[in-house]
Amino acid sequence: MTKYIHRAAALSAFLFLALLVNAARIQVFQAGTYDDSPANRRGAIARWSQPRGDIVVGDRAVTGSRDTGEQLRHERTYGNGPLYAHITGFASQMYGSTLLEHTEDAVLAGTDPMMSLLPAWNDVTRSRTPGGRVVTTLVPAAQRAAYTGLRNRRGAVAALEPTTGRVLALVSTPSYDPGELSGNGSAAAMAWARLNGDPARPMLNRAIRQTYPPGSTFKVVTAAAALDSGAVRSLDAKTRSPAPYTLPGTRTSLSNEAKGCENASLRYAFEWSCNTVFAKLGADVGLNRMRSTARNFGFNDSGLRIPFGVAPSNFDTSMDRAQLALSSIGQYNTRATPLQMAMVTAAVANGGSVMAPHLVDRTTTSIGATLQERGPRTRRLAMTPATAAELRELMTDVVRKGTGANAAIPGATVGGKTGTAQHGVGNSGTPYAWFISWAHADDAMEPAVAVAVVVEDADADRGEISGGGDAAPIARAVMKAVLKKAAADGRR
Amino acid sequence: MTKAGTTVAAAPSPAAVRLPRRRGVELALIVVAVLLCVYGYCAVGLARSGTVPPGAAHYGAGLGVLALLAHCAVRLRAPYADPLLLPIAVLLNGLGLVLIYRLDLETPHDQAAPAQLNWSTLGVALFIAAVVWLRDHRVLQRYAYVSVAGALGLLALPILFPAVNGARIWIRVAGFSLQPGEFAKVLLAVFFASYLAANRNALAYAGRRVWRFNRLQLPTGRVLGPIVAIWLLSVGVLVLERDLGTSLLFFGLFVILLYVATGRTGWIAVGLMLAVAGAVAVGRLEPHVHSRVEDWLHPFASIEAGRGPNQIAQSLFAFAAGGVLGTGLGLGHSILIGFAAKSDFILATAGEELGLAGLSAIFLLYALLVERGYRAGLALRDPFGRLLAIGLASIIALQVFVIAGGVTGLIPLTGMAMPFLAQGGSSVITNWIIVALLIRISDSARSQYDGTRAP
Repeated sequence: MTKYIHRAAALSAFLFLALLVNAARIQVFQAGTYDDSPANRRGAIARWSQPRGDIVVGDRAVTGSRDTGEQLRHERTYGNGPLYAHITGFASQMYGSTLLEHTEDAVLAGTDPMMSLLPAWNDVTRSRTPGGRVVTTLVPAAQRAAYTGLRNRRGAVAALEPTTGRVLALVSTPSYDPGELSGNGSAAAMAWARLNGDPARPMLNRAIRQTYPPGSTFKVVTAAAALDSGAVRSLDAKTRSPAPYTLPGTRTSLSNEAKGCENASLRYAFEWSCNTVFAKLGADVGLNRMRSTARNFGFNDSGLRIPFGVAPSNFDTSMDRAQLALSSIGQYNTRATPLQMAMVTAAVANGGSVMAPHLVDRTTTSIGATLQERGPRTRRLAMTPATAAELRELMTDVVRKGTGANAAIPGATVGGKTGTAQHGVGNSGTPYAWFISWAHADDAMEPAVAVAVVVEDADADRGEISGGGDAAPIARAVMKAVLKKAAADGRR
Repeated sequence: MTKAGTTVAAAPSPAAVRLPRRRGVELALIVVAVLLCVYGYCAVGLARSGTVPPGAAHYGAGLGVLALLAHCAVRLRAPYADPLLLPIAVLLNGLGLVLIYRLDLETPHDQAAPAQLNWSTLGVALFIAAVVWLRDHRVLQRYAYVSVAGALGLLALPILFPAVNGARIWIRVAGFSLQPGEFAKVLLAVFFASYLAANRNALAYAGRRVWRFNRLQLPTGRVLGPIVAIWLLSVGVLVLERDLGTSLLFFGLFVILLYVATGRTGWIAVGLMLAVAGAVAVGRLEPHVHSRVEDWLHPFASIEAGRGPNQIAQSLFAFAAGGVLGTGLGLGHSILIGFAAKSDFILATAGEELGLAGLSAIFLLYALLVERGYRAGLALRDPFGRLLAIGLASIIALQVFVIAGGVTGLIPLTGMAMPFLAQGGSSVITNWIIVALLIRISDSARSQYDGTRAP
């Protein structure tokens, strides 16, 4: 019997050995795979176990955190959700995160390796680094001016500081409250379904993710190419351009809304937005030159990040001359985001240099130690300083006596360009109204602001006037807000 | 262990050798066990709220008093008992209370620790009663048929009650949930040991050889009767109560005892064939069992199907999150397992918060408990006592394997309580009785070698 007892004991020993080996298999060898499984809630529990760091606009945090006491403990809150929704994005416990909440997640969640001095110590004490802060470049007053200016119309505003590329305002309407998506309950699920099903697409960031035909505002680019290439030597010299203009190689005839465009000077043609003159100029400059100028302004660049990605604006790279002519007046396949057009006008104000647009000024730890600071960076030279000076003259004229009179601000030099872009089948859609501009306070060394405004459902007839009528007042309000802030900063 | 070995070797010389009783060792180990549990209790509080839980002194005192009373009973009535059995039981029971208390913090509306402490108290009381009143384990041999009748009655009882979570193994009496199958284990072990001790010669030497030069020798039809009866009983439990674990346990216990009693590999062959046949048939036909097998083969199928992780997957996640050293008591998220986190899946909490290191320690404690049981069986001379000790130790080994293997994905999951650790009154009481019987048997085993002991 003793022998059999030994064998039975050996069986028990084998069973325990099997348990130990299997436990080691799971806890050591498979552990990584299981820990990283998206169905494993532990990652989310750890992520939401502490308050998320805040996103700061001006000197105030526009985000917050709420202790729910639930399993995913801290929930994101937004102080003024719709106003900053297209800056912050959302940080949802169910639907992930977008925009700054997404790109700056490592800082906000405290997982950035730079944030802990002794990562090994955190492992030992099993503590987490508190979430850091993301300080934006926005000017709250400008943001509010843009948001209230658009009111309940669909559209977007992008404002930049021309000399640095700092984003001063970035608005897209209609907006939404990202706080609705923060939680993990049925309310968040309903909000998600409602926002995604809304035909107005409130979660679409029109300022950076939507491209529009830029219409006449693109004439700034064409004028820059013409002046730089020598196709036009003087602003006041007559151009040899017929009106109406037959597109090269076709029988399609292009006409103008304005009068007096035949052989008009560049100054006159810019001020009154002569399609015939600019279409012919584009064709005369040629595809190569137009393409490289557009590229230098930022078109066809899919790598732009501010820090979240910006949809590339398009200027076709292979076209016949008729298509090139149409593209040069912002039609055919030419498309631009509002941010791209703000970069165009900023380049004019900044002597031809395109500064890299950026939204994050710096990131800090929870106690305010700077992690990373973002300074101005030149992206490209879009035109010579001389050409930029001539374009400033043209744009100033538009505001002083042309279609952009609504943008004038006392005490500052303002340059602008209106645009109307038709779209839809047979141009049946309500035209998009554009206005791009910059402002330079008379007592300042440098231009303070460049802004691009697009209004999708402008309630005007299809004249150049809609750009000046609908979009210019919004641009003016934004510029005024920035000038006021700059003046206050200057006095300080 | 070496001590026991030398005493066995010294036994033949009947000179008055006084065998060390080792009660002081037992007491010291009990103190260590209680302190470890109190430390765990405090660690949970410190991790969760930064303070020692208010009940720490109360809890430590309660556990300490229970352990001391049990120790006194052993010291008075079973002075030669194995000094490791009681400290291991105290440590496992105390650790179970810590884990349940820790999980209670996640479920404020469902407090299980106080009830578990009451059940543990009752278990220790029964332990003391058994040690005090049962002076000789051989008395139990007389009650073999009473035991089997009682076991069958207990097993049949839950059929009259509604099924809970797919298994018909609970009865509700005066607000208490009881699992009669737990008590039936001990009674069946008594019956098996008694029946096999009486009939082992007939079972061992009757039968025919299947292959001429092979040791495989099949039993004759007449003595095959009892094994078929037990097999039918297991399948009956499985089908009527949908309790795969208990059925597996009964059958495994019977096969092990049969083998130990007769030494006939033929029994093992027959047993395994019957077990496989039964398991395959039931696995195919019974949807409850079939789904358990599917979950075992594909623990992440529900995730891939978009329905989120099932309990097995959550359990595996918990073990994985623990890694080698664990998250620390109170800092894991094994509550994600949801239903049965405090009972069947309690080991996942140990695995997550104590890590592979703590889990290995727990497995070693069980292995040590089982080993001490086998050792008591080896040291005894009467076949009944031997078989009873082997049977009781094997119950612990099989039960640990079935449930620990189930929650770690080694074998299909079957609902069963982790001895001493898991929430469940019936289980805790039964385990204390098993330890009491092992104490009694080990006392008999060792006292027979003490030359100074009065005959």
